[in-house]
Amino acid sequence: MPDPSDLAAVWLTLRLATVTTLILMVVGTPIAWWLARTPSRWKGPVGAVVALPIVLPPTVLGFYLLLLLGPNGVIGQFTQWAGIGLLPFTFWGLVVASVFYSLPFVVQPIQNAFEAIGDRPLEAAATLRASRLDAFFTVAVPLAKPGFMTAAVLGFAHTVGEFGVVLMIGGNIPEKTRVVSVQIYDHVEALEYANAHWLAALMVVFSFLVLLALYTLNPTGKRK
Amino acid sequence: MNRIPAVLLALLAVPAAADEITVAVAANFTAPMKQIAADFEKDTGHKAQLAFGATGKFYAQIRNGAPFEILLAADDNTPAKLVTEGAAVAGSTFTYAIGRLVLWSARPGFVDAKGEVLKKAEFNHVSIANPKLAPYGSAAVEALTALNLIDAVQPKFVQAENIAQAHQFIATGNAELGFVALSQVMKDGKISEGSAWIVPANLHQPIKQDFVILDKGRGKPAAEALMKYLKGDKARAVIKAYGYDL
Repeated sequence: MPDPSDLAAVWLTLRLATVTTLILMVVGTPIAWWLARTPSRWKGPVGAVVALPIVLPPTVLGFYLLLLLGPNGVIGQFTQWAGIGLLPFTFWGLVVASVFYSLPFVVQPIQNAFEAIGDRPLEAAATLRASRLDAFFTVAVPLAKPGFMTAAVLGFAHTVGEFGVVLMIGGNIPEKTRVVSVQIYDHVEALEYANAHWLAALMVVFSFLVLLALYTLNPTGKRK
Repeated sequence: MNRIPAVLLALLAVPAAADEITVAVAANFTAPMKQIAADFEKDTGHKAQLAFGATGKFYAQIRNGAPFEILLAADDNTPAKLVTEGAAVAGSTFTYAIGRLVLWSARPGFVDAKGEVLKKAEFNHVSIANPKLAPYGSAAVEALTALNLIDAVQPKFVQAENIAQAHQFIATGNAELGFVALSQVMKDGKISEGSAWIVPANLHQPIKQDFVILDKGRGKPAAEALMKYLKGDKARAVIKAYGYDL
């Protein structure tokens, strides 16, 4: 049987993943567009930075975020100066961390979709006197729709599956930073295996359904 | 592997071949155990490989076949439970250290000598090891309850998975202060940095930390040797220097 703290963790996780995904779609789309279209020699370095969270252990990301967001860190000093206070141990701190952590999972599918469109549809739009912004929204975005779907699903699912970073900067506060993965870890450490099973099984089912939906509804939007 | 000089052997009455054992060590005992293990290797020729972490996690790993031969737990329940369940050697448990709790801040002068800072409540976050999992966490809750401060301080808790992470939250300045093990902030009998209040031992249940030889260490000479070594004067002096009671 789930207890109320388990349900609170589920609700918090869904909220975190939703907010993170929305922010990532807004932030990630221009980055993906730039990476897909630019002839700049900065394309390689920027692409590599975006992809870093795929290869870095979450502990590295969590450790640096803890230092950067803390009172002696650059971001921490900025947030204090801006009157926001410090981000570690807060819901918005987790959002910031998750945006970094899930960025490649959103940028890369959109970038791939933009690259697959190629130049011709956009050139055609230009000959029809569509402005670049107009062409972006009426040509590129609709053509890249499968990429956007993949990006949203992966960004959401990857944030739900986040553990190491949350552990490092979350502080395990009920209803603020205690997400499902941390709650499971606590149950296991406290030897509450029945509770751990309930939540862990939920995660397995959820993850399977998400990927099933992704591969069934959107067979072209494969994960790269 | 190195052979040990015969004289030393006779002196310590350990078997001829040097042995290697894997020891699971509670996070709060990290610093003293590193020193003790180095001395142990020098004095006996046996090598102790150390793994540090939370006692609850070690329990789960041991029950599922982890290759540990000895557990130095942060409590006395876990070793007793392992013995009852037949996963550890009966009669091998003993208390190797009694932990002391400290209220610590990385800022000099932030914590006063009597812990009055808790009443002033001029802070946003109090770092604490998860009281459900960590003996130092539950001791902190007991102490705050005894001081009638629990309702005021609890909303400011940030919980770490173990005492090492509780220390990290404070050391990075993300929590202004918090409860950690004295052993983490004490070196050579002194608080090494920041400011601290050593919580009086009568405010919480004693944090008895027990040793136990696990199933995989049964009959291993090096395991017996480490048990004997931890009870010896040299190891006890190290343990005391890190602020533990004995």
